[in-house]
Amino acid sequence: MTCADFRRFVDAHLDGELDLARQAEMEEHLRSCPACSRLAAARQSLRTALRSEELYFRSPARLEQRVRAAARQGDRPRLVTSSRIGAALAAAAVLAAAMFLWPPASDRSWSDRTAQDVVSAHVRSLMPGHLTDVPSSEQHTVRPWFAGKVEFAPPVVELAGDGFALVGGRLDYVAGKRVAALVYRQGAHLINLFAWPAPPRAGETAESASSRDGYNMVRWTRSGIEFWAISDVNAAELRQFAALVRSRVP
Amino acid sequence: MGTRSSSEAFERALLPHLDAAYNLARWLTRNGDDAEDVVQEAFVRALRFFGGFHGGNARAWLLTIVRNACYDWLRRNRPAEAHDELDEEVHGPSEPSPTAEDLLVEQVDRVRVQRALEELPPAFREVLILREFEGLSYKEIAEVAGVKMGTVMSRLARARDALQRQLTADAGKR
Repeated sequence: MTCADFRRFVDAHLDGELDLARQAEMEEHLRSCPACSRLAAARQSLRTALRSEELYFRSPARLEQRVRAAARQGDRPRLVTSSRIGAALAAAAVLAAAMFLWPPASDRSWSDRTAQDVVSAHVRSLMPGHLTDVPSSEQHTVRPWFAGKVEFAPPVVELAGDGFALVGGRLDYVAGKRVAALVYRQGAHLINLFAWPAPPRAGETAESASSRDGYNMVRWTRSGIEFWAISDVNAAELRQFAALVRSRVP
Repeated sequence: MGTRSSSEAFERALLPHLDAAYNLARWLTRNGDDAEDVVQEAFVRALRFFGGFHGGNARAWLLTIVRNACYDWLRRNRPAEAHDELDEEVHGPSEPSPTAEDLLVEQVDRVRVQRALEELPPAFREVLILREFEGLSYKEIAEVAGVKMGTVMSRLARARDALQRQLTADAGKR
């Protein structure tokens, strides 16, 4: 691989978008070329600067109220031409029609209750005040907190060096049982890692990825514990997160 | 099945992505009040098309609608900015990547990064927002922006080159 090739693909490489063969060539070139490895480091620092939480504009609370109001006025359609109120009420009229078009909950790749519970728990955790019961970036604080609250010792790994900062832990309820939820942050994105004891003789299973309602999920079983990771980070990054957790759990 | 369950279904599918919708609109309109109007308009459109949404990636689906609503809004209100296509002749092929020495941007403050991002053409800005802030894959970005995956890849590379050149030039002025 030439330096020109490397420069052409450096962004796709850091974005995790290259196939395995090309990725290996990039890694090999990176090891042997100081100039290109400086370029890669510079690109990485640009990415870090961009992913700052400060550059992410969160929706103001009143916007959520506006949108909810638009969705809920379906039974009171009226003709109003004033632009903003009109838009809200037009939405209401459309909603009345949409009632009859709402598709049944089908064509889900994982249609089991656990997946739905994981999504619900994740969404609930993102609501104000629901994220953590024990906010801490210290594994030595988070791990003991679960003692007596769940019937196993959840493995808590620190991944800050890999770009996934531990935010804390939480007790949650998934598939009819109390489970441990560990929260990690990558840039503006939160990852929930759910863990609970796997059924006896479940054995180990490799990571399997899916998505639901716009969230990516990866699940696997290791050391008698079933893990589900869910987030709105992209699928490649969530798989990377899962692989890191898996490799650190004894 | 009544209005309540329908609006709940709609809210359950799309409200979790309200931040993503607002963030994209805020970056494309570069103004908070305008972004709110655009997002509301986008949700109205989303309701209209919700019957055609059969599961899958709700966030990418919503962001596609938000993006289109942004460009429609820009065309109506700021036609000079409403170019989602790049004139490849004007912008030319990618200039050579800047050398690495002047590219470390760790010290750059938020205000400078924000200004540099806002000065990029919208076609560059949107791929960066979708990739860096929303973590969408190239395939998802291609669907949201309505371009080929190869175009996403080259726009991202050129957008980052441009951003780095801008930030480097800023740093030189200090």
